[in-house]
Amino acid sequence: MSQKVLLNAKEVNIILHRLACQLIENHNDFSNTVLIGIQPRGKYLANRLCKMLREDYKIKNVRLGQLDITFFRDDFRRGDKPLEANTTEIDFVVENKKVVFIDDVLYTGRSIRSALTAIQSFGRPAEIELLTLIDRRFSRHLPIQPDYRGRQVDAINDEKVKVNWIENEGEDSVYLINK
Amino acid sequence: MSELSVNHLLGIKYLTKQDIQLIFETADHFKEVINRPIKKVPSLRDITIANLFFENSTRTKLSFELAEKRLSADVINFSASQSSVKKGETLIDTVNNILSMKVDMVVMRHPNPGAGVFLSNHINASIINAGDGAHEHPTQALLDSYSIREKLGEVKGKNVVIVGDVLHSRVALSNIFALQLQGAKVMVCGPKTLIPKYIDKLGVKVETNLRKALDWCDVANMLRVQNERMEINYFPSTREYAQQYGVTKELLNSLDKEITIMHPGPINRGVEITSDVADSDQAIILNQVENGVAIRMAVIYLLASKIKQ
Repeated sequence: MSQKVLLNAKEVNIILHRLACQLIENHNDFSNTVLIGIQPRGKYLANRLCKMLREDYKIKNVRLGQLDITFFRDDFRRGDKPLEANTTEIDFVVENKKVVFIDDVLYTGRSIRSALTAIQSFGRPAEIELLTLIDRRFSRHLPIQPDYRGRQVDAINDEKVKVNWIENEGEDSVYLINK
Repeated sequence: MSELSVNHLLGIKYLTKQDIQLIFETADHFKEVINRPIKKVPSLRDITIANLFFENSTRTKLSFELAEKRLSADVINFSASQSSVKKGETLIDTVNNILSMKVDMVVMRHPNPGAGVFLSNHINASIINAGDGAHEHPTQALLDSYSIREKLGEVKGKNVVIVGDVLHSRVALSNIFALQLQGAKVMVCGPKTLIPKYIDKLGVKVETNLRKALDWCDVANMLRVQNERMEINYFPSTREYAQQYGVTKELLNSLDKEITIMHPGPINRGVEITSDVADSDQAIILNQVENGVAIRMAVIYLLASKIKQ
């Protein structure tokens, strides 16, 4: 197993600031926008972006939720391992809001497909956008593309893209791992 | 650990502590799901479940059916009163006929103890015991423990008394197994005639004085007197039973701590508990009903994930 650094802490930080600015460009004061981190790995990115918007860009009204998609996945009973659920925390109304899904890596697009179904349990959003830190090009199973992307990566199926966060793994970094 | 150690839920006796923990953690997620504006998830859309009720049931059947529908499973219902059982068909034949219609899971209530175990040895489907005679009622015990955990933080170290008709109760036996597995202390309380003779061999305390039992406990689980299962008189009169073993508000107020009151339903108001107790803040009877759907969703989901494609 070999691994290569795709992004280091400094590069991750620059990209996060750019993504935050792009969000502000489209959503102004976020009065009609909600951010939704996709569990389990999207929540770290969502928390970080939310903190950045509040503290560095002084936007007070950023609402953040976490959505678990386990029960909406299309591979139930199809893998060797059972699917493990995570917490969903959405304590605001999604009806008529602009929703921004936030996930660390966009790969096949199946998680986002599940999230699109799952969010409907909380109301009918006005529109849904997708933000991902890493967009794995050429790997999509479904016609899903991000509206905001941190970095586009060409990786083959044997390779894994691993995003690390300082609050969980002790460093901000992105690795390409050869299995 | 993210998988149950069993392929069927036949009784608490067959579960491990880790299984119960996994069921509770999964139920936490489903409890959040059933409080959403849209309370349905598509996980089990390719699973068909047969509810076979060879004995009357209202709330358990409704609760299972709701849990199955909230998971998007296809559901077929069967009750013995309208079936060929009366025409002399055997249990295995009845079930095999139903399974030929490509059913993946069977939820069964049956008057005979061990019916679930018997069936699991003969048919190829995942089985959930929804009550077998006076033997076990595992999902009820799971939802009872889950409700205690929700109200008091944890089950471990708590003193729980089961009051009333322990002799005819499947809820009692499943509860004893479940509570002990999680580290709670269990006492049974009732007239001697309604306490099984060797129940102390299970490691439970036996008490015939209700006041002493309530002084000892953190939680009292009140059982209904199952008149329909009684062929002889076990106590002189319902009025005398209510006087000796009925919990009243005055009795609760006279205790030096606030205990939690549970009841698996249906309640006989004025017999095992009075109305003001049933409707008080100390009673978590309706929470138990809500938690029942979440627990059953968790059990069905976890068992279904073990059914091979």
